[in-house]
Amino acid sequence: MSAEIIDIICALLLLLGAILSVAAGVGLLRFPDPLSRMHAATKPQILGLLAMLTALALDSGSWATVLAILPVVAFQLITTPMAAHMLGRAGYRVGRFRGELLYRDELEDDIARASKEKRPGKRSGRSR
Amino acid sequence: MIVDILHAAVAVLMALSIGLVLVRILRGPSIIDRMIASDVVVTILLLAIIADMVINDTRRGIPVLLALSGTAVLGSIAVARYVSRQDRRDGTGQDGGGTR
Amino acid sequence: MSGVRHGDRGRRTMAHQLALLGGLVLLWLLLWGSFTPIDVVAGLLVAVLATRIFELPPVPLSGRFNVWWALAFLVRFLGEVIAGSWQVAMHAFNLRRLPTSAVLEVRFVTHSDLVLTLIAIAQSLVPGSIVLEVDRSHSTLFLHVLGVNDDADVDRVRQRAHDTERRILRALGTRAEYERAARR
Repeated sequence: MSAEIIDIICALLLLLGAILSVAAGVGLLRFPDPLSRMHAATKPQILGLLAMLTALALDSGSWATVLAILPVVAFQLITTPMAAHMLGRAGYRVGRFRGELLYRDELEDDIARASKEKRPGKRSGRSR
Repeated sequence: MIVDILHAAVAVLMALSIGLVLVRILRGPSIIDRMIASDVVVTILLLAIIADMVINDTRRGIPVLLALSGTAVLGSIAVARYVSRQDRRDGTGQDGGGTR
Repeated sequence: MSGVRHGDRGRRTMAHQLALLGGLVLLWLLLWGSFTPIDVVAGLLVAVLATRIFELPPVPLSGRFNVWWALAFLVRFLGEVIAGSWQVAMHAFNLRRLPTSAVLEVRFVTHSDLVLTLIAIAQSLVPGSIVLEVDRSHSTLFLHVLGVNDDADVDRVRQRAHDTERRILRALGTRAEYERAARR
């Protein structure tokens, strides 16, 4: 493969990452509740980063770079779910989501079953 | 030539996306929304550093990448814990599933 | 999980802990980007220190690890990440309607904390689903999934989660659990 083709592939991978970032920004603005916005946030965090790091590895063409960016991938793969879980849990518990946009909420059913006497009649999540 | 145009497009798109995310940080409405948006700012920053390294053909950003990707999660965790503690004090918190 | 302890169980746990320690040393080497003996020694020191200071319960591994099935899982997982990213991006750019989502309860066969954790990580890394709540005693995850409009979507999400479990078990679970997952 000639250097020019590699350059173009790298640029396209960068473009993919940038488009995913824009999609994340649009989703973050448009989606109605924190939990949906979190979905918008995860995609440049995973696929965008992978695409751009692939571009970096291709562009440098050396194994040293690949080894140097492996921990970045590892950190990202481990920490992103952690952050998403903790924020999602907090977001769900605080209850700042719009119940009518949930098609089904089995966790609320479960909590309602577990503490029927503590929270009577608060099962709004079922309806659309 | 094509590559230059693509690089310019990358720069424009990333600037646009960080602008969108900043709007979400300003508008909120809850601290969780702001935290999610701040996470995305960090991610876009990571992507921008990588793009810079590819476009300008350097390796200067790799230590920054490592540090950012390793520590970005701390902010989210701190905020999440703060929010759930506040929630518990209000008395509305449920200890249903229990991950701990 | 750790009720009874046989004589050679302890030695096996020891070997597993050594494997995990090796992973930490490898991470240290990658962080520094150099592989001299002094780095290995320093990494070993830091790894032992870190595991001493932040002591965590030992991770019970099943003792089985199939590299090829693990690779197959990774390839499949990458495909799911790409598909999920595409779907979420489409939801973001679809200006006519907002996506509805759902909170779903998914039960798994496995009783291993490690496998459940891996499933949870895989599920949250795929855009479009995050793990809200974990019920360890019943091996149950509560997922928040974007873009669920009808019961068919619900079934598809459950099917995908169970698929993920089966693939992970095939790579590193116990044989009995894999067979139970495959039969479902």
